[in-house]
Amino acid sequence: MATATRQVAKPSTHQIGKPLKRKEDPRLIQGLAHYVDDIVLPGMQYAAILRSPYAHAKIRSIDVSKAQAAPGVSLVITGADVRGSLGIVPCAAQIPDMKSAPRPALAQDRVRFVGEGVALVVATGRYAARDAVDLIEVDYEPLTPVVDPEKAMEKGSPVLYDEHKDNVAYRWELEGGDVKAAFKKADKVVKQRLVNQRLIPAAMEPRGVVAEYKPGERLLTVWSSTQIPHLLRTQIAAMLDVPEFSVRVITPEVGGGFGSKLNVYAEEGLIGYLAMRLGTPVKWIESRRENFQTTIHGRDQIDDVEVAFKKDGTILGLRVHVIADLGAYYQLLTPLIPTLTGLMASGCYKIPAIRVEIVGVLTNKMSTDAYRGAGRPEATYLVERTLDLVAAELKKDPADVRRKNFPKLSEFPYATPTGVIYDSANYPRSLDLALKLADYKKLRQEQAKARKEGRVMGIGLSTYVEICAMGPSSAMPAGGWESATVRIEPSGMVNIMTGSSPHGQGQETSFAQIGAEILGLEPDDVNVIHGDTSIVPYGIGTFGSRATAVGGTAVYKSLMKLREKLATFAGFLLEENPSKLVFENMKIYSKSQPKKSIGFGEVVAAAYTAKKLPPNMEPGLDATTFFEPTNFTFPFGAHICVVEIDKDTGDVHLTKYVAVDDCGNVLNPLLVDGQVHGGIVQSFGQAMMEEAVYDEQGQLITGELTDYAIPRAADMPWMETDRTVTPSPVNPMGVKGVGEAGTIGATPALANAVVDALSPFGVRHVDMPFKRERIWKLMQKGSRRAK
Amino acid sequence: MIPAPFEYSAPKTLEDALRLLERHGDEAKILAGGHSLLPLIKLRLAQPRYVIDIGRLRGMSYIREENGQIVIGALTSHADIETSSLLRSKCPLLVETAATIGDVQVRNRGTLGGSLAHADPAADYPASILALDAEIVAASTSGTRTIPAKEFFVDMLTTALRPGEILSQVRVAPLAAQTGTAYEKMHQPASGFAIVGAAGRVTLGKTGTIEQAAVGITGLGPKAFRALAVEKALLGKKASEKSFADAARLASEGVEPLSDLHASAEYRREMAAVYANRALQKAFSRAQGKV
Repeated sequence: MATATRQVAKPSTHQIGKPLKRKEDPRLIQGLAHYVDDIVLPGMQYAAILRSPYAHAKIRSIDVSKAQAAPGVSLVITGADVRGSLGIVPCAAQIPDMKSAPRPALAQDRVRFVGEGVALVVATGRYAARDAVDLIEVDYEPLTPVVDPEKAMEKGSPVLYDEHKDNVAYRWELEGGDVKAAFKKADKVVKQRLVNQRLIPAAMEPRGVVAEYKPGERLLTVWSSTQIPHLLRTQIAAMLDVPEFSVRVITPEVGGGFGSKLNVYAEEGLIGYLAMRLGTPVKWIESRRENFQTTIHGRDQIDDVEVAFKKDGTILGLRVHVIADLGAYYQLLTPLIPTLTGLMASGCYKIPAIRVEIVGVLTNKMSTDAYRGAGRPEATYLVERTLDLVAAELKKDPADVRRKNFPKLSEFPYATPTGVIYDSANYPRSLDLALKLADYKKLRQEQAKARKEGRVMGIGLSTYVEICAMGPSSAMPAGGWESATVRIEPSGMVNIMTGSSPHGQGQETSFAQIGAEILGLEPDDVNVIHGDTSIVPYGIGTFGSRATAVGGTAVYKSLMKLREKLATFAGFLLEENPSKLVFENMKIYSKSQPKKSIGFGEVVAAAYTAKKLPPNMEPGLDATTFFEPTNFTFPFGAHICVVEIDKDTGDVHLTKYVAVDDCGNVLNPLLVDGQVHGGIVQSFGQAMMEEAVYDEQGQLITGELTDYAIPRAADMPWMETDRTVTPSPVNPMGVKGVGEAGTIGATPALANAVVDALSPFGVRHVDMPFKRERIWKLMQKGSRRAK
Repeated sequence: MIPAPFEYSAPKTLEDALRLLERHGDEAKILAGGHSLLPLIKLRLAQPRYVIDIGRLRGMSYIREENGQIVIGALTSHADIETSSLLRSKCPLLVETAATIGDVQVRNRGTLGGSLAHADPAADYPASILALDAEIVAASTSGTRTIPAKEFFVDMLTTALRPGEILSQVRVAPLAAQTGTAYEKMHQPASGFAIVGAAGRVTLGKTGTIEQAAVGITGLGPKAFRALAVEKALLGKKASEKSFADAARLASEGVEPLSDLHASAEYRREMAAVYANRALQKAFSRAQGKV
């Protein structure tokens, strides 16, 4: 098929850095992609789950007899049925002296949040299963729900777990530098409470699981909408207590994850268990309501910040006290996420002394866990709001205060007092570019004019740094490397099998670009395979902005190994020194004597037909790498935005957005822009409208998309994006990662703009989301005070 | 979406639909575009035993002039109203209102009759239907009757339709001379429904006085209503931006505002005034021939 293309090959092109359109898109746009719910297997049955209507209750008894007798129902199970035969939902995070909060696959005698699975029906049809759920009778003894994390910490609060004396899951501390001394010598100290509200990831595709068991092969195949197929395989095998080779996980198309599918859920164990027990395939597809109630939530921190600084704006020290609402149970990384806030509490500033205390609290709500940014948006938010508080206090321009506190370029790699080492950066350069693109001086003049005219306009800045390319294995519960096998087939086609599990990031395209670049091919000659544990080597998965920097590096290294082997073969055939060979236009030729040339396909064929092998050389072309990074990477950038607030209503309109991001070298600028755009929009959601609201009884009142607002295209102005490029020294391609940058950098810029707009009303801080009524009330109050 | 089981019928004629409705009474729900009923049955908040789908009835989706009135079939979609050139020239308020409903998909499926019959307190049409003094035609096995818009909205999700009646048509008068209309709405950010929506209709007299003013408000209370205090304050007054602004402050008079996650009662009350003012100013400006 590719022969014709090869003969008319375009002149030499470098594939890395090209704005190639995504190979994935045609099938996604045309509706030809296959998601879990598209899978239909012969004899497949359907599962539906009865979920707790109470946030906190004892289960006195469950009567399943009517459901069991309903038409089409083959099985009804409760917590008692799986006790002992299906393990708990795994948590990979360990924090010293952490209290246990294990989640059973189905509730055992007690429910601890609204939506917790209590019983499960399997029936021959989806409707029959759902109808039978209504026939299950549960006798609950309601207990007082614990909803507010601060009240949960009080003496006398009801306790979620009888075996614990209180609801404090853990206390975690981190201190670097002399914090006491810093506060002692400060000219000024400012304190502020900052709330980072609970969010619902709301991926377009809810979760879904299909499982099929073949007893002859003793093989359970699980299709799941997940970001971590291999970790899921290991955990399902553990939950079911079967050998790991008895489980195969396949990840079909995943319609968005944002961290919410970086997890192992009760249903993934349950559906596997049912397929084995019943001997028929079983499917479960999450409804939107279930997705809101029982897929992990994000953020939910109360951060009390105290900053010590000099009159000239130099920051001397920072104290942060975090109350992290963990929800009722630990999911995969629940307790770990808030600690990332601690690690990144220095922001992109040289803050000599930092102390962070985190209290993880258990409440009768859904678990929090990794949601796009996972602990870092909270850190950036608190640091960037703090910088603006300092600027406001000193009546200085926020850009100047930021510049004052950047570490010098000569200080990189820069070690923060929180114990991380920023690999490379040029913070002034990205800030300067953003200021220039936004025409910052002119914006401030416009603002002065707007204020004279009685309009409410604000300008917000954020200079951020984030931690990604997760990460060195020392910092990662299950290891932080990534794998890649590259196999060149006898036909010359290249298969890249990656342990990353892309679900929207576009690595089928960018990894193909790496392959094309290294082997001198076209991206269409390179195929990327992922998400099937029987095909690709064990991998860690896609999260923490790691797929390019860690997974891509493994791909790069495997490709380089094969390039070397191909060069040996070609050198042998051409009688040329392999190190002098160039790979270009589907050819391998001598740099000094370009006529000494051989087709890429000929060399591949020679490696497989094996008629004339170079000395000590095996036939075949297959290489695997497990790349272990030596450090994280630390992308950074500067965002500037402008808001205008409707004085009559409190409506906040975003009128301008400028983002300068530095994610190191760029494989495909279209993909990077897409990630930045999406991240900014998600930030806009948190800043302006999103909030998971539980009432005092622990009912999730934002339980549907009719009440939980997420941003739409029409909410956004044109986003002007640009880049600076500071390559990372920690991987050979110099890439850093960009999947979460927008969500990390944008939220504080938006918040700072809104506070800036409201400052004439005497407002120093306002918590997100900036809903109209909240803003309107502040303006009303401010206007009254002014009178 | 997996609703509780129901028996579904899709009658071919309005007469058949009415007979089915008469037979099943309270146990039946009428399905037109589905945009009110489906969200309820999806969560099993409504579990009707019978669903009578009138969405396939022929001849109930039209917009035409009849005896000096504009008549609109109950099954006319929001999209058809939004794009009707007849309405654009003779009843632009409905065009403007339809354009603010939901999104393209919703407007393609949802119907005028369905929205009015459901009487969601945050629906958009009720405000405009009230401001236009429209007439609503209800059909039953015993014939048809006409209900003035002012009497149609009874309470939250409750209309003057009697058991066995199906809303079949809406009639509005064409825009009078020296008259301007406008619909202004604060969207609920998640659902797109109105937190407050205000429809204004202003007719100016030859001497620059306000000859007629009508204000319909939705979203504020349990049902859409005419802001009579505003209208009374305007009638016969010299028309000016200030006179409308002053009168609009009375928009919530006599109404106990709703309160929810998206807007407190206090805020809704204030916003009713803001949006009534915006609608009136725009209507005033249009009545003067400005765009």
